[in-house]
Amino acid sequence: MKVLVAVKHVVDYNIKPRVKPDGSDVDIAGVKLSINPFDEIAVEEAVRLKERGVATEVIAVTIGKTNSQDSLRHALAMGVDKAVLIETDVELQPLGVAKLLKYVVEREQPSLIILGKQAIDDDLGQTGQMLAALANVGQGTFASVIDIKGDEIEVTREIDGGTDVVALKLPAVVTTDLRLNEPRFIKLPNLMMAKKKPIETIKAADLGIDISPRLKQLKVADPEPRKPGIKVANVAELVEKLRLAEVL
Amino acid sequence: MSILILAEHDGKHIKQSTRQAVAAAGAWQLPIHLVVTGANSADIAREASEIASVAKVLHADAAHFEHPLAEDVAALLVQLGADYKVILSAHTAFSKSVLPRVAALLDVGMVSDAVSITAPATYVRPIYAGNVLSTVESSDAIQVVTIRATSFAAAAAGGSAEVATVSAPASSGLSRWIKEDKTVSDRPELSSARVVVSGGRSLAERFDELLEPLAHRFGGALGATRAAVDAGFAPNDIQVGQTGTIVAPELYFAIGISGAMQHLAGMKDSKIIVAINHDPDAPIFQHADFGLVANLFDAVPELTTALNQ
Ligand SMILES: Cc1cc2nc3c(=O)[nH]c(=O)nc-3n(C[C@H](O)[C@H](O)[C@H](O)COP(=O)(O)OP(=O)(O)OC[C@H]3O[C@@H](n4cnc5c(N)ncnc54)[C@H](O)[C@@H]3O)c2cc1C
Ligand SMILES: Nc1ncnc2c1ncn2[C@@H]1O[C@H](COP(=O)(O)O)[C@@H](O)[C@H]1O
Repeated sequence: MKVLVAVKHVVDYNIKPRVKPDGSDVDIAGVKLSINPFDEIAVEEAVRLKERGVATEVIAVTIGKTNSQDSLRHALAMGVDKAVLIETDVELQPLGVAKLLKYVVEREQPSLIILGKQAIDDDLGQTGQMLAALANVGQGTFASVIDIKGDEIEVTREIDGGTDVVALKLPAVVTTDLRLNEPRFIKLPNLMMAKKKPIETIKAADLGIDISPRLKQLKVADPEPRKPGIKVANVAELVEKLRLAEVL
Repeated sequence: MSILILAEHDGKHIKQSTRQAVAAAGAWQLPIHLVVTGANSADIAREASEIASVAKVLHADAAHFEHPLAEDVAALLVQLGADYKVILSAHTAFSKSVLPRVAALLDVGMVSDAVSITAPATYVRPIYAGNVLSTVESSDAIQVVTIRATSFAAAAAGGSAEVATVSAPASSGLSRWIKEDKTVSDRPELSSARVVVSGGRSLAERFDELLEPLAHRFGGALGATRAAVDAGFAPNDIQVGQTGTIVAPELYFAIGISGAMQHLAGMKDSKIIVAINHDPDAPIFQHADFGLVANLFDAVPELTTALNQ
C-alpha cells in the first residue's frame, strides 16, 4: 500500500510574524521556515505505517517555491521513500493546492493520503477536505487515531465536545490532529543522508492546471492591542477587582 | 439571491453558533435560509424557523442524517447551493469538515474563520495564530464562508419562517459512522460559556480537583492548554487555542498557563483575563487584566473559598 503525505513549508511556530510597514503583507524575509507541525505528524504516521509493514512506500509532496525543498528533506530524514516538489511562485491557496495534489494522487494512486488539519500560517484548514472532494474519496478530518482494517480505514476524530469514529473506504484522505502521534527526533546522520537523496521537481506551470488565487489579500494589520493590566498583591485584592468589574 | 446557512444541532436544539452565523449573515441584507439535517428532526427544524430574520428553513430529514457524514452533507449543500450567493456556517468541527468539500465541488475558494464581514465579498480573518489580521476579497460567484462565532452576537428568537422539506441525496457510501464519545457534563459549552476556567500542565493530577470548584462557582466551563491535554490531565475537547476551541468569555482564568502564542490565539479576545502564575515574568501577564503572582496550589483554593463567602 502506498501512502502520500502533503507537507507545507511555513514560518516556524516559534516565530511571531511581523506586518510590513505598508500593511501589504506579512514580512517573511529572512524568517526561519520549517515543516508545518501538523504535516510532520502526517509524515510520522506514514513512516510508522511503513515500519509496521502496513505501507510499502511513502511519498512526500510539497508545492511551493524552491526553498520548500527543506521540508521535503525533513520528511526524507524522517524516513519517507520519495519526495516530489511541485514548483511555483504563484501565491497558493487551498483550492489550487488541492488541484495539484489531485494530479499527484492520479499519478501515484496511493491508498491513503495524509495531510495536516491546518497550515499554521494561513490557519485555513481546507486543503484535505478539498482534495477528498476532487478525488471523490472519503475524508477523516482531525484524526487522533487511525487503524487500517482490510480495505477500510477507521479514523478517530477530535470533534467539538469529544471524539467520533468513522470508517472510510480506501483510498481515503486523513487530516492529522496534534494527538495522532509525537514525531520522532531526527538524528544528524539521517539529515545528512537526506541531503543527498534525489527530489523530483515538477514545474506547476507545465501541468496546465488552474491554480490562480480566488481570494485577494487587500491588507494585513496587527490586532488591536489589549489595555495593559495590573498585578494584584493577593487573593483578596483580586476578588475586590473582580467585584468592581461586575463579573462576579 | 439568498444566503444558505448550514445549521448545527445536538440532536435536541440548534446550537448557539448557528444563531451567531445567522447574525453574521445580516451583513448582506439578503434573505437567509437555514438548512437543517437530521433524522426525525422536525422539532429542530421548527426551532430553526423561530430564529429571528430567518426567511426559510430547508429541512433534509433522512435516516443517514442521524449521524451526518461530511461527504453526505456536502452533497446536499452542492445540490442546493448553486442557487445561493453565500453558503455560510460557524467555524465548528462539523462545518470545517463539510464546507471546504462543498467549495471544491463548486470550484470556488473559501474563507475560513471570518471575524468581520463587509458585504458583498470582503472579510477580515486572523492568520498566524491570530497574530495578524488579514483582509481578503473573494472573486467567486458563490461565497463559501465560515465565521468565528465569538465575533458575532447571536440572533434572537421570534421568527416564524416557512419550513420546506428537501430531499437528501443518497448516502455516498464512501464513509460510515461508527460511534461517538461525547463528554457529558452539566457545564455550559466551552465556546459560548460566560466564564472559562483554564489550566496548564502544572496542575497535573489535581486539574479537576482544583479547577472544577472554581468553574462551578461561576457556572462556567473548563479549558486547558495543549500541554495539559497532551499530558492526559484534561480531555482534548477542552483545549483552548489556535488549534483548539476559540473562546471569548466575559471572564477568563488562566491558571498555571505560560501564555504561549498558540494558547493566546484562543482566548485573547476575552473581556477580562485573570492570570495566576508563580513566575512574575510569564508572558501571560502581558495579556492579563489582573495578574496574581502566586503558587496556584495555594491561590486557587483560597480564591474559590473567598468567592463562595
Ligand atoms: C502547531 C502547534 C499548535 C498548538 N496549539 C495549541 C493550542 O491550541 N492551545 C495551547 O494551549 N497550546 C498549543 N500549542 C502549545 C503551546 O505552544 C504551548 O506549548 C502550551 O500552550 C503550553 O502549555 P502550558 O502553559 O500549560 O505549559 P508551560 O508552557 O509549561 O507553562 C506552565 C506554566 O505554569 C507555571 N507554573 C508551574 N507551576 C506553577 C505553580 N505551582 N503555580 C503557579 N504557576 C505555576 C509556570 O510558571 C509556567 O508559566 C501548540 C503548539 C504547536 C506547535
Ligand atoms: N503548498 C502546499 N504544499 C503541500 N501541502 C500543502 C500545501 N498547502 C497546504 N498543504 C496541506 O494541506 C494542509 C492544510 O492546509 P490549509 O488548508 O492551508 O490549512 C497542510 O497541513 C498540508 O498538509
